[in-house]
Amino acid sequence: MASIKLTINGKSIETHSGQTVLEVAQTAGIYIPTLCYHHALPPEGACRMCLVEIERQRSLQPACTFPATDGLVIHTHSPEVEATRKFILEMLISDHPLDCMTCDAAGDCRLQDLAYEYGVKGGRYQDGFKHSYEVNDPNPFIQVDRNKCILCHLCVRACDHVNGVEAISVFYRGFNAHIGFGADGSLQDSPCEFCGSCVAVCPTAALSPKLASGKGRSWQVEKVDTVCSYCGVGCKLTLNVRDDHIIKVESTWDGPANHGWTCVKGRFGFDYVHHPDRLKKPQVRKYLLDGKKKPKSRNGKLWQWVETDWETAINITAEKLRTTRDKFGPDSIGVLTSAKCTNEENYLMNKLARQALGTNNIDHCARL
Amino acid sequence: MPRLNSPKDLADTRLHIRQICREQHTVSPFIYVGMGTCGIAAGAGEVEQTIQKELSAHQIDAEVIPVGCAGMCAREPLVDIQLAGKPRITYANVKPSEIPEIITEHIINGNILTKKAYAQLPEHRHWLEKKSAAENLPSYHELPFYSKQIRIALKNCGMINPESIDDYISQDGYRALSKAVTGMSQEEIITEIKDSGLRGRGGAGFLTGVKWEFCYLAKGQPKFVICNADEGDPGAFMDRSVLEGDPHSLLEGMTIAGYAIGAQEGYIYCRAEYPLAIERLKKAISQAEQYGLLGSNILGTNFHFNLHIKEGAGAFVCGEETALMASIEGRRGEPRPRPPFPAVSGLWEKPSNVNNVKSYAMTPQIILNGSNWFKGMGTERSTGTAVFALTGNIKNTGLIEVPMGITLREIIYEIGGGIPKKKKFKAVQTGGPLGGCLPETALDTPVDFDSLTAAGATMGSGGMIVVDQDTCMVEFARYFLTFASAESCGKCVPCRLGGQRLLEILTRITQGGGTLDDLEEIQYISENMRAASLCALGQLTPGPVMASLRFFREEYEAHIVDKYCPAGVCKGLYSYEILEIQCRGCGLCIKSCPSGAITGSKKEPHVIDQRKCIQCGACYDVCNLEAITVIPKLETIEEIRTNN
Amino acid sequence: MRKNNPRDNPFAEETIDLKHLEKILDEFKGQKGAIIPVLQRAQYVYGYLPKEVLQAISRKTRVPLTRLYGVATFYAQFRLARRGRHIIRVCDGTACHVRGAPQSIEAIGKAFQIEPGGTTPDYKYTLEIVYCIGSCGLAPMAVVNEKVHANIEPDKIVDELKKLD
Repeated sequence: MASIKLTINGKSIETHSGQTVLEVAQTAGIYIPTLCYHHALPPEGACRMCLVEIERQRSLQPACTFPATDGLVIHTHSPEVEATRKFILEMLISDHPLDCMTCDAAGDCRLQDLAYEYGVKGGRYQDGFKHSYEVNDPNPFIQVDRNKCILCHLCVRACDHVNGVEAISVFYRGFNAHIGFGADGSLQDSPCEFCGSCVAVCPTAALSPKLASGKGRSWQVEKVDTVCSYCGVGCKLTLNVRDDHIIKVESTWDGPANHGWTCVKGRFGFDYVHHPDRLKKPQVRKYLLDGKKKPKSRNGKLWQWVETDWETAINITAEKLRTTRDKFGPDSIGVLTSAKCTNEENYLMNKLARQALGTNNIDHCARL
Repeated sequence: MPRLNSPKDLADTRLHIRQICREQHTVSPFIYVGMGTCGIAAGAGEVEQTIQKELSAHQIDAEVIPVGCAGMCAREPLVDIQLAGKPRITYANVKPSEIPEIITEHIINGNILTKKAYAQLPEHRHWLEKKSAAENLPSYHELPFYSKQIRIALKNCGMINPESIDDYISQDGYRALSKAVTGMSQEEIITEIKDSGLRGRGGAGFLTGVKWEFCYLAKGQPKFVICNADEGDPGAFMDRSVLEGDPHSLLEGMTIAGYAIGAQEGYIYCRAEYPLAIERLKKAISQAEQYGLLGSNILGTNFHFNLHIKEGAGAFVCGEETALMASIEGRRGEPRPRPPFPAVSGLWEKPSNVNNVKSYAMTPQIILNGSNWFKGMGTERSTGTAVFALTGNIKNTGLIEVPMGITLREIIYEIGGGIPKKKKFKAVQTGGPLGGCLPETALDTPVDFDSLTAAGATMGSGGMIVVDQDTCMVEFARYFLTFASAESCGKCVPCRLGGQRLLEILTRITQGGGTLDDLEEIQYISENMRAASLCALGQLTPGPVMASLRFFREEYEAHIVDKYCPAGVCKGLYSYEILEIQCRGCGLCIKSCPSGAITGSKKEPHVIDQRKCIQCGACYDVCNLEAITVIPKLETIEEIRTNN
Repeated sequence: MRKNNPRDNPFAEETIDLKHLEKILDEFKGQKGAIIPVLQRAQYVYGYLPKEVLQAISRKTRVPLTRLYGVATFYAQFRLARRGRHIIRVCDGTACHVRGAPQSIEAIGKAFQIEPGGTTPDYKYTLEIVYCIGSCGLAPMAVVNEKVHANIEPDKIVDELKKLD
């Protein structure tokens, strides 16, 4: 990579080749508005929001695709550029429902932010035709509202490049182009795996999590970083929590294991957290707690589960393991760990099996 | 067919073909029938069958040669007859019923049927026996339609049998390829094309040689040569004529390009609506393969080149090179931003060179005759010739090839013969639905890439539509906009939504609901679409609207302010009136009127009942006396009167 | 890929024989970017691109169904709904309208039990309404399979249409 020198808004920047103008600007802290750009996906150059003026170029160029080369002189906010961006937003708004007051994405919507930034209101083309697609996709996870779609193709790219299932594409063309799935049917009838990557990158509420609908908007929630509890990959997730309830899982792009992407479980499978049947304390059978013999009948009181504290529960388990080992030998015990545990936890279980219990009978569920 | 393994093989074959042709010609006359799509549509198929029938009835051993389009669409079907030692004689607008007389008189009696003969071609097949020119019959170059033309891309169109590679070879075909692959280095070819000043005939006018050089210098293999034959403009058929009339010139040009840039594979992307062109291309490719002019070790060299045909599936935007390549790859034909340019990363992300049919078809001539020859024609910055499909309200509709720099006036009035039916010229649209219209005051504009752009239109791929006084310029612009916005791929915002909003405004104006603010709005949307759209389709979609608003603003204002369409096109914005002094009461209009709105006794001026009239224009079209005229609607006139 | 549900199209089993696809797919096997020619050939065989055919192409070529639909809906050449063997276009522009086009449209609709834009259940006729073909002097008019019928009358045009195979 050769080192290059270019000028953005009069500021001289030294960097290396192999980047786009947008990447160079962002690294240098220079803001260029975007809609169809996502750092984790290949650029498309479709929305035209990131158009910049590059000297000696015939026309405005999209910063997201234009390669940064030596000697470029770039203006990111010239009057012409700003006027063009305003036009783009006016066009988008002219075919967009103006219902921000009830929209789940309000406060977390790139279109709304940019309309605010450029002072674009609806109304200029109010006599023009507006699409009115039905919002009725029956799947349990993703709300599909094509009326709010700005055709940035981010979902298409996420589905193709990240998940690789290609469940989403643009159907038809021109003014009638819209996103579609499978045989232009519902998401459920397409190869969609509901990983929600499309939802994570959607700049508006065209694709939004159904579970979060009406439950709170971005400024009303507390954001809690966590690691997904489902498997050993260790995906980093950001929970949106309101009133001690998780309403949505958001992508955090700096997660070292998953870079923001996740699967259906991590994205939408959080309802167990607040499920009434969820165990929050250890339970043991009553006869163990009472120090009695195993009852013959499974219907009696002694067979029932009772809540207890961790120490009691672990002591009982340890005692049982010890007696079993002593009585029947170490190989009478098998240890099955879980792919949901961390590496460290699995390592410790390994130690426990081989050193404490003295058996090589250890396996994990990921092989099932 | 023998394989040609060296330039000498090719030269020998050429001489051999000519010799056979000469021998054949001494015993049998040649009959050429124009069998392009346009000829067939005009009835050439039936004409050809009648000729065959008549020949066998008289037991005449003549060779009937189907040829492509000679460009004179208005005179189709065309039948040419050439007797040994005589020039080729053209008969125009031939009806099947006239065939027996033509054959009897010309072939059996050996006399030209003068009342039907249209022109002669004494210089045709210069290597045939010397011919005595026919008297009193103009040569092609003496016809107004041809006198200003120079044919390079169309050189063989209408002259040779497009389905015979031998015919092409006999006319010095593949000599340029032979010269290129055996006598020139890749750099020399590129330099020659660069020096010739050839600019892409697809519309953008980028220097072809420079494009080739980029691709030649680009790293990566394989490289691809692609021909854009996705001619989708309504009213344009230049590329189709070359494909149908002289497919080998395209093959030869592409093969030379392949050699120059270092490619071994080529694609011809042709629209599926051209079945005849596709069929002839397929035939041409297989013939060239048999001769070893395509395939491995072309003419005994180490150069290999294969050509494939890809059929388009009905998307105008695929004329844009990145969309075209997406389509070849089997994807939606959506353009992508450049850079990277196709020369660096094109088809399957490999270096690719995309040119128009005409650019490739001109290449062999440049290689054969040298860059100076090509540069000697045209202007300094637009060298060579331009091919146009001349259509609309013009007498000689057809396909023409003229030196760059000729004026629009010369094309329209001298070659085109002016406006028919004594109507007045109003505008000429160049560049198709993405071009622009120019008014009478711009008629002296030279036709070249830069002058047309400066005047407010574009060169485009070669559509040239002339319209007369009866065309409403607002509706004309709306028509192109309807086409262009329906063909938008929908990827970028300005084109997808801007085109729709622009169309809505224009529709409103043509319906009488426009306001003067709308004109500002048109300007605003147009300028932004031009500045912000991703590809040329979006950037040029507002072209026709902007040009017509610039040159015919008063028509827009008439629609908006007076609710009046002066051309009598926009429904509800005009009415018809019969001029008493002009009307002789012939009754033609009464018969034509579908709503019974016209009354009047014979030889007395007729009257239109405005309450019954539906403004269909049938009466206006049938009246020979210009007695029917377009006036504002009565209600509108009254409204204006009361307001004053 | 989910299994094709035969209930989606009641005509599926009677009319669509997926056998024809084999030959097409064999011909283009291993060719890069052959989606469009495959769709073109399939449409040539079936007259349009039924869902079953697209699903079968997707299954056999492993090209995602969504991508096939994206391509099929992009290009004007491809049709996703089956049309009749005979396409009837009746002009209902102003001139034709006042001269009685609606009566003819109604008569055709009644005779063949079709709505404008619709296709008969036996896929013999498709009725389309167009607006002005620019021959108002011949009003009312219809274009049947590219053949122009001028000055149509309800009974006559129905008789004319019944004569078609």
